[in-house]
Amino acid sequence: MRASLYLRRATLALLAAGALLATAGAGAETLAIGYLELEDDPRYVEERVEAYYQGRPWGRPYPGAEVALSESRFAAAAAGAELELRRVTAADAEELFAQMQKLHETGVRFFLVDTPGPVTAELARRSAELPLLLFNVSALDDALRQESCQAHLLHIAPSHRMLQDALAQYLVSVKWRRVLALVGPQQADKAIYQSFQTSAKRYGLRISEARDFVLGTDPRQRSRNNVALLTTGEYDVVYVADARGEFARAVPYQTQKPRVTAGSAGLVPDWWHWAFERYGAPQLNSRFIKQADRRMTGYDWSAWMGVKAIAEAALRTGGTDFEALRDYLRGDELVLDGFKGNRLSFRAWDNQLRQPIMLTTPNWVVGLAPIEGFLHQTNNLDTLGQDERESRCDFD
Amino acid sequence: MQQAKTSTVFIVVAVSLLCLTLSAAGSAATLFVSSEKDHVLTVLDAESLEQLGEIATPERPRGMRFSPDGKRLYVACGDGDTVAVVDVQARKIVGQLDVGDDPETFDISPDGKSLYVSNEDDALLSVFDIESGEVVGEVTVGPEPEGVLLNANGDTVYVASEVANMVHVIDTESLEIRANVVVGNRPRRLVLTPDGSELWVSNELSGSVSILDTQENAVRDEIVFEPRGFRPEDVTPVGLVMTRNGETAYVTMGRANHVAVVDVADREVEAYILVGQRPWGVALSADENLLYVTNGLSDDVSVIDARSRKVVRSVPVGRVPYGVAIAE
Repeated sequence: MRASLYLRRATLALLAAGALLATAGAGAETLAIGYLELEDDPRYVEERVEAYYQGRPWGRPYPGAEVALSESRFAAAAAGAELELRRVTAADAEELFAQMQKLHETGVRFFLVDTPGPVTAELARRSAELPLLLFNVSALDDALRQESCQAHLLHIAPSHRMLQDALAQYLVSVKWRRVLALVGPQQADKAIYQSFQTSAKRYGLRISEARDFVLGTDPRQRSRNNVALLTTGEYDVVYVADARGEFARAVPYQTQKPRVTAGSAGLVPDWWHWAFERYGAPQLNSRFIKQADRRMTGYDWSAWMGVKAIAEAALRTGGTDFEALRDYLRGDELVLDGFKGNRLSFRAWDNQLRQPIMLTTPNWVVGLAPIEGFLHQTNNLDTLGQDERESRCDFD
Repeated sequence: MQQAKTSTVFIVVAVSLLCLTLSAAGSAATLFVSSEKDHVLTVLDAESLEQLGEIATPERPRGMRFSPDGKRLYVACGDGDTVAVVDVQARKIVGQLDVGDDPETFDISPDGKSLYVSNEDDALLSVFDIESGEVVGEVTVGPEPEGVLLNANGDTVYVASEVANMVHVIDTESLEIRANVVVGNRPRRLVLTPDGSELWVSNELSGSVSILDTQENAVRDEIVFEPRGFRPEDVTPVGLVMTRNGETAYVTMGRANHVAVVDVADREVEAYILVGQRPWGVALSADENLLYVTNGLSDDVSVIDARSRKVVRSVPVGRVPYGVAIAE
């Protein structure tokens, strides 16, 4: 104990000395961060981002990385480094990987990956032998943290499972336990619903029935496209699994019973919100608006957090050495400030960033999960998402 | 019955002790409590804790400082983008200083002529000349500068950047940064030991206080707070105050709902005192017998007897109380 305390003090003193050197004008090393995205990413087409669906991106998250870059100037300088972003946009995974290799050859070791789950998985597979670290900005697929996990792929964005766990905790805490589920036709809708089923079971929600919905106005399909007809029966909550959000947004206020809607509309679990008022969030939100000319979402927060994590590792290790940074980021001394009140770090068993999840409405944050009373033996944040015992990720 | 009797006696003793303590605190002392959400200063009699009135302020009053002569109270009003000037005797706002956007905390030069204000949004420390009403200097600092503190002779100003996780040591003459000292995560408030040799910095996210040697501008020590029954992530220290003899420091624990009593020389936490929800602001009475603590999430002020280390009263104030200032 005493030895480790002493060591900690000594490290602090050394870091302080390093900071002094930096002020004295020691030559700064460039610490470049790649930012990888797809040209035609369906998630960012104008029609979709301008609909401002809850829990969906409202634009490309890149400005989040830019905000973090300017926030991190002092921290980087203290480590004798200058941070830079290298944005690369390509047509598909193959082209993106080629660009990534090029950047790697010029010395880039950290990449923010802002692509859909399958592309992210492919980039991670292809780059597995390279000494680098990838930060998943926007793919929520549970599989990326499970069967497809990779030791060099860190997940800033939460998994669907973390989001659904947060919602389930909230519903249990207010005793709205009887759930009617509406599930969309897409594979992505079914994947979200599957996560929700696991969460419901974990926390004791009762799903009375799951009904399939379709988008449209075809009268022959009305039992599946009409909200009132879809919502007969007894329930406390209508849960909607709709990855796009277009159907879900029309569910609140149209249910047959006067009950709340949750999931992809209504009460939505999200990992950031522009109306959040605590832990310095208003300051970050206003910096983001200045940069992007729109409000900040969870996706933007991911890009911001990724750059911040790298800067924090540079600050604490006092340099830009890749292996030192990587080990610090994946180690248990890491303390990241996500402006959500808790100390954040990566789970050793699947590289997922542990973080609070917000329960949101279109203009307010109703609650913050882990909800009070949901306890974990080591860290309450680990009540959200796959815990170590149930993880199917194997880095070897 | 016996039980009831004992507790009655205890209450009587406690109340009379409290009265003694309070009368010893001086007769005319008043408390000013800033409340972020309803834009008022609540004025309380420090003795009876009766509410004497409310002063409406511009939006979101937070940090407060007295002028060196004690006649004026300056109040940073973040959303009002101004520092309000309160006449302490009259309990009225008599002026506003246009110091820049979103002021939160600041300090006043020993001669009372300048305000050193942290400007969160623009990552600046601004030097504001009160007489001319103008910003006469600016220093770019790390993002979200929070605590600002001048040393006793006014030649150095310390600024904590919440986001850069460092304390900037700035020469007030040249307005140049003399050193950037890396501390814990999310540094918030600052206090100097009376001899000026140590700067104490609360680290909200690390649950600790970093202690800087002001000669070397280097971290010498760290005190980690571990109140019983709380996990490390629930310990979020913010407010700091130190006794005039430099022997004892009081640190508010934020989400852990306690105030830590720290032996300054030994770096030992002697006690944790249970207060209201999310204590931030803290101030000591002139005789240092009473400690006033603002509880941001229970909308009240806890009054602690410093000798018995017990809360003797809790007084409702405005919504989300931020800080407390005592006028003698």
